[in-house]
Amino acid sequence: MMPSPTTTRPRPQSPNVQIYRPQLTSVLSILNRITGMFLSVCAVVLVAWLVAAAWGPQTYALVQAAIASWIGRIVLFGATFTFFLHLCGGIRHLVWDTVHGFELRSIYVSGWSVVAASGVLTVAAWFVGALMGG
Amino acid sequence: MDPQNMRNMRTPLARAIGLGSAKEGVGAWWAERVSAVALVPLTLWLAASIIAHTGSDYATFIIWLKTPLTATVMILLLIALFYHTALGLQVVIEDYVHSGAKFAAVIAMRFGCFALATAGVVATLRIAFSD
Repeated sequence: MMPSPTTTRPRPQSPNVQIYRPQLTSVLSILNRITGMFLSVCAVVLVAWLVAAAWGPQTYALVQAAIASWIGRIVLFGATFTFFLHLCGGIRHLVWDTVHGFELRSIYVSGWSVVAASGVLTVAAWFVGALMGG
Repeated sequence: MDPQNMRNMRTPLARAIGLGSAKEGVGAWWAERVSAVALVPLTLWLAASIIAHTGSDYATFIIWLKTPLTATVMILLLIALFYHTALGLQVVIEDYVHSGAKFAAVIAMRFGCFALATAGVVATLRIAFSD
């Protein structure tokens, strides 16, 4: 069969990410990936923390001082929110894997729940941390 | 059958096996979910432990990590965490790196995850079995 002349026209390229208006669904989708990548860096810090502790009190004090600094605290606060966003987003994905919650309304309810829960858990974690004497 | 296959004396079936779906993708998909389920309690435990130790000195932190339960859970966390990290980062690399660097990037990332997990486990054991 001969290809019809219309098929020789250049096909539209997809995806054209820049022409879409950001929505909660798409933003949370890409954020799950971005937070995952950021948490990979946090995993390196976790190992550095353990290695520093195994090395001795001086090395551990050095890492603790870095975390306690203003930059350290800002990064740690960001890491806390990132962690809870990936955790809650991950649980949302696990629920989807059971073939539940795919109705448009459910997707928005679960999406905003993830955002709200992550915010509340981050503030709660830092509140308790402050009470503990951080 | 094309001439190349005639030369190789391979049947169409032999040629098709190994191409397309290798029936292995679902394994990685499963492993990512199973490690995610394991990481829910493990990371919550880590977050709670870090919060509980805000302001703790070195001695307090070491005493905590020396308890067998803490050391065990920390090692379980490190294994599940870097397994999940490797699976997740592999998907990211496969989605965005299309050149010949893809293969090298995946291997380098896996080496990194193995090395970091091992370093974390050794550090934990060193503290756990220190005097």
